[in-house]
Formats: sequence, C-alpha cells, structure tokens
Amino acid sequence: MYDIKAYYEAESVEEAARLLAEKPNLKLIAGGTDVLIKMHGGQLEEAELLSLRKIKSLENIHVRDDGTVAIGAMATFSVIFHNAMLKKLIPVLTEAAVSMGGPQIRNIATIGGNVCNGATSADSASSLFALNARLKLQDEKGERVVPIREFYLGPGKVALNPGEILTEILIAPEDYLGFGGQYIKFAMREAMDIATLGVAAVCKVENGNFAEVRIGLGVAGPTPLRCLEAEEYARGKKITAETLKEIGKLAVRSTKARTSWRASKEYREHLVEELTQRALKTAVVNAGGAEVV
Amino acid sequence: MAYTVVGKSVSRADAVAKVTGKAKYTDDFSERGMLVGKILHSPYAHALVKSIDVSKAKALPGVEAVITHQDIPKIRYATAIPGVIEAIATDEVGVAELKYATAGHPFSLDPSHRDKEDRYILTQRARFIGDNIAAVVATDALTASKALKLIEVEYEELEALTTTEAALKEGAPLIHDDCERNILSSAGYVIGDIEQALKESDHLIEGEYETSIVQHCHLENQISLAYVDSDRRIVIMTSTQIPHIVRRIVAQALGISWGRVRVIKPYVGGGFGNKQDVTVEPLNAVMSLAVGGRPVKLELSREEAMIDTRTRHAFKFKIKTGVNSDGKINGIQIEAVSNTGAYASHGHSIASSGGGKFRYLYQTKALKYEPLTVFTNLPVAGAMRGYGTPQIFFAFESHIEDISRKLKLDPIELRKINLVETGHVDPLNQTVIRSCGIRECIDKGKELIKWDAKKALYKEQKGVKRRGLGMACFSYASGTYPVALELGGARIVMNQDGSVQLQLGATEIGQGSDTVFAQMVAEVLGIPMHMVHVISTQDTDISPFDTGSYASRQTYVSGMAVEKAALEVKRKVLAVAHSMTDIPAHLLDLKQQHIVMKESGERVMELEVAAMQSYYDRVHAQPITSDVTNNARINAIPYGVTFAEVEVDIKTGKIKILEIFNVHDSGKIVNPQLAEGQVHGGVGMAIGYAISEQLLFDEKTGQPLNNNLLDYKLPTIMDIPEIGAAFVEKEDPTGPFGVKALGEPPIISPAPAIRNAVLDATGVAFNRIPMNPQRVFEKFKEAGLTLN
Repeated sequence: MYDIKAYYEAESVEEAARLLAEKPNLKLIAGGTDVLIKMHGGQLEEAELLSLRKIKSLENIHVRDDGTVAIGAMATFSVIFHNAMLKKLIPVLTEAAVSMGGPQIRNIATIGGNVCNGATSADSASSLFALNARLKLQDEKGERVVPIREFYLGPGKVALNPGEILTEILIAPEDYLGFGGQYIKFAMREAMDIATLGVAAVCKVENGNFAEVRIGLGVAGPTPLRCLEAEEYARGKKITAETLKEIGKLAVRSTKARTSWRASKEYREHLVEELTQRALKTAVVNAGGAEVV
Repeated sequence: MAYTVVGKSVSRADAVAKVTGKAKYTDDFSERGMLVGKILHSPYAHALVKSIDVSKAKALPGVEAVITHQDIPKIRYATAIPGVIEAIATDEVGVAELKYATAGHPFSLDPSHRDKEDRYILTQRARFIGDNIAAVVATDALTASKALKLIEVEYEELEALTTTEAALKEGAPLIHDDCERNILSSAGYVIGDIEQALKESDHLIEGEYETSIVQHCHLENQISLAYVDSDRRIVIMTSTQIPHIVRRIVAQALGISWGRVRVIKPYVGGGFGNKQDVTVEPLNAVMSLAVGGRPVKLELSREEAMIDTRTRHAFKFKIKTGVNSDGKINGIQIEAVSNTGAYASHGHSIASSGGGKFRYLYQTKALKYEPLTVFTNLPVAGAMRGYGTPQIFFAFESHIEDISRKLKLDPIELRKINLVETGHVDPLNQTVIRSCGIRECIDKGKELIKWDAKKALYKEQKGVKRRGLGMACFSYASGTYPVALELGGARIVMNQDGSVQLQLGATEIGQGSDTVFAQMVAEVLGIPMHMVHVISTQDTDISPFDTGSYASRQTYVSGMAVEKAALEVKRKVLAVAHSMTDIPAHLLDLKQQHIVMKESGERVMELEVAAMQSYYDRVHAQPITSDVTNNARINAIPYGVTFAEVEVDIKTGKIKILEIFNVHDSGKIVNPQLAEGQVHGGVGMAIGYAISEQLLFDEKTGQPLNNNLLDYKLPTIMDIPEIGAAFVEKEDPTGPFGVKALGEPPIISPAPAIRNAVLDATGVAFNRIPMNPQRVFEKFKEAGLTLN
C-alpha cells in the first residue's frame, strides 16, 4: 500500500507544466520504479503525484533533420533497447539500456526518470555523459536545453527547477557519427543489479590514432562523471596497449570514489583503471580500428 | 525392482494448480472485516525499553489496537480462561510474561532435550536490530505503518556484541543472563585417542576456515492470518513447514491448552528451514486476541523477513589433521565457533548436527569435535537447508584439498583412501551404513566434467582469465533419528471408483513431496496418478500427526507411513476380492485398476467392483480406509559429490562457474525430474553461498546493511550456469522403495568444490566465503598474484 494523497494525470506536456505551476507540491512520476520504491521505503509520504504516462508524445524516438537524435523522456528502457535506429546509430546507449534491472523493470522504467532520479548508478547516465547528451526541459513559460554534465548536482540532486519537466534527451550528430563505443556494467550479478561501476567509452579512430575519446563513468563519484584528463591525453595518440594503460591510469584521476560497504575506494579505482581500458579496447574495434593486443 | 509409477518423471501433483494460479497461498485468503497487523522493531541491537507511549498511535483513526510487552500477560491470561476474551485489556491481572522456545523440533518428554525457552512475544529488552517491541492492528496496512511511527519508545542502549569474539571476551555483557560467556552450548564429541592419533601421524596439517551469515530468501515471506472461531479457539493460517509444531508452540507462548489452537497450512512458497521455526504466529494470535478475536493478517516485508526471521549460522573452524604419507588420515580435530545471533532457536542443535552428519563420510582412528555456539546481538540464526553441514563440509572439503596439495597426493585419491564403506557402523550413535554410493558418485562426476582432459589442458595458465577444476564430497542423513522423534502420518480413503484421497501430515512446501507420496500410493494400489487425490493443505484439526518438512525426512520417514497406509488399503481390497471370489488374498495383486492373479496376471475383477462392494454390501459394507503412523527408528545415509569448473578474472576478481555437476546417491529416485529440480535449486543456492551472498552488518551498531534483494546478492538465473544433476541409485534396504534423503544434500558440497576449483585455477586458497569480487581481488593482491 502506498501513501498517495493525490494523483493527477496530464494528457500533454503543456497540461503537465500548467498543473506543476499551479500545484508546486506535485511530484512527477514516470515509470514509477524509483518513486514507488521511495514511497515503499517511507522516504516519500503523503505523495501528490503527477503522472506523465498519458503523454504519448514523450515516448517518441526520432532523428531530426540535422541528424540530432531525440529520445522522449518517457521512452522505456525496453523501447530504447529494441529501437532499431538507436541500435544502429548509438549502440552504446542501447547496451546500457538492456543492462538495467530485469525485463519487467525495463518495460516500465523510463530514461527520463532514470536521469531525473539523479543517481550516480543510473544505467543510462555513463553513456549519456560519454555522448555529450543535452536535456530539454520545459515549464509553463518555455523550454531550455542543458548539457547533462551540468544537470547532475549531487546524489539524488538534479538541476530541475520547480515547475520543469524533462521532455527530451538530445544527442548531436557530431557526438555520435563516426564513433564506436562500449558500455560495461560491472555489478555483482549479471541482471537485476546496481552497478559497482559503469563505464561508457566512445572513440573516433583515424589512421590508428585516437581522434577523440570520451569516457563516462557511473558510481565513480557522487554523480556520473567524465574523465577529461584521460580524454585530453588520448587525443591524437597512437592506439596501443601502452596508450590504453595510460588512459586507464588517468581516468582514475577524475574519479571521486569512496569506500562503502559495497566496495572499497581502492577496488573501485582499480576497476576504473582496468575497465576503462577494456571498454575502450572494444570501442576501438567498434569504431573501425584494429584490435589492440 | 521394476516399478510402474515410482521412478518415473510424472508431472507434479500441483503443477496445474500453480501454473493456473488456482493454488491458494496464505495471502490469497481473507476473512470478512480482516484487519492488518504490523510490528515495531527495535532500532538498537541491545537496549532496554524504558518506556513506551502508545497514546498517539492509538488515537490515529483506523487503529484498532496497539500492543506492547505490558499487554501480553493480560491477553494471555484472558485467553487461558475460555470465555473471557472480551475481558482483554480491561483489568490488571499481573501474570508474569512467558518465555517460549521457537525451534521447530518435535516435543520431547525429556525436559533436558527441549529447546531453550528464551523468547517473549514482545520484548522489553531488545537483543538485535529488528527485535519485536510493539505491534499495531489497524484497518489497513498504511494506517498500521503510520501508527508505528507514532509509538514513542525510550530506550537505554546497552553494549552491542556483534561478533563472537566480542561476545566471548572476558567481562562482556551477557545477552541472556543465564548463559555464561554468552555460550548457548558446547556439546561436541571425541572418538578414540585424538592426541595419540595426531602424534603418530607423518604429517600434521592445520587450517582455518570461515563461512558467512546468509538468508533463505524463500519467494513467499512469512505471512499468517489469525482469528478466534465460534468455538473460541485460535485459528492460524500460516506459511509454515511445521503446522503441528506451530500449534504446540503458539499454545505454549500463550500458556493455553494445545487443543485450543488450530493451524492451517495452505500452499507455501518455499521455506528452506526458515519456516521450520515459529516466527510471526504467536504475535499474530495476540493481535487477533487484542481486537476481540477478529481476523488479522500479518505479513512481513522482505526487509523484515531478512532480519527478523532466521539466518544461517556463520561458523569459524580450526582444523588439525594427522595424516600419513600414504594419505591415510589418523585423526581430525575440529574446533568450531558458531554465531547464533540473539536467541537460541535451533542454535544448539545446528553445530552438533553438522558435526554428526560429517562423521558418515570418512573413517579415522580418532575424531574430536569441539563446537561453541555463541550469542551475539545479530539476527537470530536458525535452521537452513543443510543445517550446519554446508559450513563444516566447506571447511573440511577445503582442508582435505589443502592436505592433498601439501602431500602432493591426488585430491580424489586422497579422499577415496579415507571414505567409509558399506557396513560401516558409526561409533557414537551406531547408525549402520547400509548403502554407500560415494565412490560411484565420484567416478561419475569425474567423467561428466571430463576431469583428466581438462586438468591437463589447464596446466600453466598465464592470462587474465584462468580456468580450474575442483570437487568436494558430503554425507548427510534421512531425517533426525536417533536424535529426535521421527513420526510420519498418512491416511487413505478409497472412493467408490477405486480412486483415493491421500491425507498427509507431511507438508508440501514446493519440494514436491505430495507428488512422490502420490506415486508411492499409485504404485502400491495399481492405479494411475490421477486417481490419487492428495490433500495438500494440512489442518491440525484434520490432518494426521507428522512433525513436518525438515531434515530431508519426508520421502524417507513420511514415505514409510505412506507405503504402510497404501499396503493396508491394498490388503483390505484384496480381502474384499477374496470374500467375493474365494481366491486366497495372497494369490492376488493390484495392477492397472484391476485385481489380478499375482502369478499369471489374469484379471479377476475391476478395482471399482471391489470398492463398490466395500461401500454397499448389505452385510459387510465398510468403506476401505487406513490411518497409519510410523515411528522411524532408523536412518539411511545419502552421499554425493560436486564437480565444478570455474574461470577467474585475475584483474576484476570475478569468478564465473563454467560447469557444475552434482552427483547424488539418494537411493532410489522416485521422480527423476523432481529430483533434478531439487538439485538445481540446491546448487543454485550453494553458488550464491560460495561467491556472492552475505548478510552484512555494521560491526559497531549491528545495523543490517543489505537486508533487501538489491543489495543482498542472491544470484539470478543469469548468474547460474546449466547445472548437471546425476544420480547413483544405491537403494537403501530401510527406505520405502529404497529411497534416501535428497532435499538438503544438493547445497552441501558446491561451495568447497568451487573454492577448490578457484585454487586450482589460481593457486590461491580462499578459506572464507563468499568469494566475492572485491575479496578475490584483495586476496590476489595479498598473495602477490599478478600477470606476467
């Protein structure tokens, strides 16, 4: 039994934005796989919920004329995983999508909810960070677009202003075209688990050199993060085992891992170093480069 | 022997009911006006309740009752006297609180054999985080939850002892005032002259091994529904393995006559030993009594069930073994410390049971077992599949592997040199090994996993991912004899068409016992399975007496009663046929719904004809029934082995199980498909035990850290490889149809086999489980295992 005081359903983004403006107490609910858990755990009492599930336009996934991939915030992880266009253009994202939870959860959990929940362990986040995703936020007055790196403020905290709704996740063509990628979810179980570390690596290869590398990490700090120092180092470098090793080492320097009962700082950092190399190694092959041995 | 139904993979008796959702579990039942109960648990591992203010909780609309330890004596007193339930909570009666024991053992007429009475329905002194302090009854779950938050409790914190070391320390506070040094029990045994045996050995090898606290994680959490019926008796429907024992313990907890409690067990969603204990039922009864006998449902959440029911004992072992250069073991000395948590439950018998069942595997001149079962301020450890044996076999089967390495002996040959043989008599309890297929199990397992070929292949590995092979053996028992009473009860009623109802005291909890009992009856009576209607629900008012589902006893112990009951029906049917035909009964048999001539198979009459005669003969009519109790004063020892192949990622510490085979000697297998299912389930549980599962607590506060299924790493189907199950059917002459136990055995040997495989792959010995990635990583680092 859930402690729900009121429940509203909006039919359009405009209606939702208006309701939010009228009733600032409203808590947005998408798939419910985070919100309901919070209610079950007693962290959210007497909730007044505004559901977005009737807004079908928010489930849309398409490529704009300029090549930007636009993913509706209410697209579920199952829908994202099974989307043939995404699988072709940005497989690093569909891989991340299918690593999340189990089939039942993926059938209702949405990517927008995953992002707005603000967890460093969000399975979509590492890939979205590596892809330089931008988020379209809408309120009663209008909309704005923010880079995902500016959206995550802290554990469970995101830069969603009162009255705002995340409507679309945008990935620009220059951020995915010609890139190969790989997502590794390192968890204690092969399914239905929270990541001990999530590593998304994307790269562009030119003549055996890294033209560009972007590395997104989840659970390596209080929010998902990018390994800018390692990325900067990689640019233009010849793709060798030594280069990968150095990238792995430098990646650790961007992390803010801590020791908890789930894993020690030392182990997490070791995983960052090792798995960044493994992810990038596969990303190189996916980008058309030669396998590093 | 050639059987028609026994030994065949017939469909489960409850398959259709379960698949179609028609099988009703406790939560599927409701009564008109049913209320909901919830429990206030202690937030401190060790604390005294100084005061409780329930006024705010009581004032919340929808709250029907708030109960604390102060109310229990009044409720008890009122119920002890029939007809005064209405008087509850109206006057002070000043009856002392009553302590009771929860472990699901058969009652013993000998007071020294009874379980320790140390539990209150609600306590004034919290001994672990989760201990029951107060309870609420309300019109719905949400209101009950809100009321819990309104109960104001003032605690005085006491020092929390979260490890056995802390609990055993000189001057440590006592968790139970009558248990010195916090020791619940220390009953071990000595066989032979251990000092001498160790002294005369060529080698003395020592090792220390450690297992962790894990939880059963049965699909269905503890749940019950209690009310007072028109006869003023307390009726409790509950998800239990032991309905007749629950009846007794609820009556004891309330201080009322046992006959005033009726317990009903519908379909159960798994137990694994956790429901061989009384947890929610006495409190549920009190909840109902507190609201004038109205129906109250009490269901634990997963988070509650993981800490406020039972767990598996964590053990620490120190083993010293004297062995000769030829591999013959002279003497074994085992010291064990078992962490039993805050209350006794099964604690005292688990350490001794593990040590007892261990004796049936290897022969030595001398054996000394010194267990210490210690209280701590952690959740209560109790019965869990294997009952102390997964712990001791993890230790010893790891240890014997270490011995083989030190002595440069083949690990399989070393075991074979020391294994018992058929005819072996246990020197302590005189159990005779009448069937022993352990050697055949080993040979079969070795072949299945292609041991020799792979061993050769995996020599000298250098890469990031390394493979290895390991094996481990076990022995167990079929039921608890000679330790405890082993009564099995069965009742059969034959219908006019020759079909029968089979009533059992034994409980189906998902393991398939209803099906194998039906197979036994069908076999004896010569009828097809669909003519055996098993009454799956146990109702202590109606069902035969049988202590329930535990100790892998049912097919063997309850099966004896079932076979006897069926034979009695058969005898009566043949007597009727004799009266009708004048053919002597001993010349007749039952086959394919017919009475036939035993020798020629000639059909004498249809079974239905004899059944009709038994119902409607104008002179001798007497429907055919039987009602049998069997007191099994015997045991049969099952054996088995695990062979495992692993791949270890040296860098991340991840262990992947590539292949795993469990080969069992459980005597005659009544239903191969169900038996395989048991093996799959047990091995799956054991894989979690070996590499991922552990209930974690803050060492300072005793706070549980991962009492939920996200953070507690129960493996998913994606983490379990295809499990190979095979059987060596050494029929035991004492078992019905030659059966021996199979329920618990599959969980015993996989963990040490996996550990030995990891040792084979990496050269690193893990003496502590679970071998989760971080631990593996750290241990590799410590051992200096690096690439290149």
